[in-house]
Amino acid sequence: MSDLERRLAAAAPRGELNIERLRAGLAARATADGLVDVAYATLDSPLGELAVFVTPRGVVRVAFEDEPRDEILDELALRVSPRILAAPKPTDDARRQLEAYLAGEQTAFDVPLDWSLVHGFAVGVLHATALVPYGATTTYRDVAAAAGSPNAYRAAGNALGSNPIPIIVPCHRVLHASGGLGGYAGGLDRKRTLLRLEGVLPT
Amino acid sequence: MVVHLPPFETLIDAHATELHRFLVACIGPTEAEDCLQETFMSALRAYPTLSHAENLRAWLYTIAHRKATDHVRRVQRRPTAPLDGAEPVALSSTEGTDDGLWRRVGALPPKQRAAVVHRFVFDLAYAEIGARMGTSEEAARRSVHEGITKLRRELDR
Repeated sequence: MSDLERRLAAAAPRGELNIERLRAGLAARATADGLVDVAYATLDSPLGELAVFVTPRGVVRVAFEDEPRDEILDELALRVSPRILAAPKPTDDARRQLEAYLAGEQTAFDVPLDWSLVHGFAVGVLHATALVPYGATTTYRDVAAAAGSPNAYRAAGNALGSNPIPIIVPCHRVLHASGGLGGYAGGLDRKRTLLRLEGVLPT
Repeated sequence: MVVHLPPFETLIDAHATELHRFLVACIGPTEAEDCLQETFMSALRAYPTLSHAENLRAWLYTIAHRKATDHVRRVQRRPTAPLDGAEPVALSSTEGTDDGLWRRVGALPPKQRAAVVHRFVFDLAYAEIGARMGTSEEAARRSVHEGITKLRRELDR
């Protein structure tokens, strides 16, 4: 290595990257230019941190903090679009409504939904579930029947277990016919919290 | 064929820091962040049109290189820029340099500049420089050599 080459290597310029500022600027510009197919942001809640993913069509995914973020992003990249960016603005409305609901200030959601991650039998099951009002409950058998197959309550359970838009599509309102809580992808503690919030379970 | 591209957000996690370092060496710290934002904007715009998901890093470097070149051209066209182009205004704030040595790197022709940055900022082998610049090992070696020769000639002047 020549002297000049050594000097070049020794004096290589460095600069601190402000990554937060870069992300914020990029998110704002990309959103304004319509380049973001899936925007996401998080909010703190009594259920832990929630991540909200929004497409131009509506809310496509709500995730609890214990769901691996990289797996969610990979699934969205594969099934919706790889143009995914952490960008808060498109998620503002959904996050505000989630906060209001979890604070007990709002009993219904008025946000468009994107059902891109839902296929087959689950479409009917989750559409039926979306109609169950605040404070009411239904059973696996009933949502299976509403989806056209009264005997497919196990399949209905699977569909509810993979509900990509929990809380907003209220799969926590679906219980066992026996009165048991059934299951919940986000864990039964969260299901109980939501049912207590809605007055179904005693506080 | 369906292309499975990774979520764009992960490209920022994986490459923003090194691309920024590349741009700092090419055009100086003042303009590097804006140029990096331009790089990611262009990448995001073009992302869905990619026909494969291989070597996305080299793809990002190609875009960053183009943005840096555009930037240097813009600066050199400004009426206040020195006409000989040896010291573009944008580089005036480059700190920690050795007697303006890296300022002179910034004024090299684009290919030589990028190759010299990859070689002496990132300490890369020629094959890897070639991969990041979308060219051959030989072409990368030549660009570094030409850049060094030009620098040496200027310093001897």
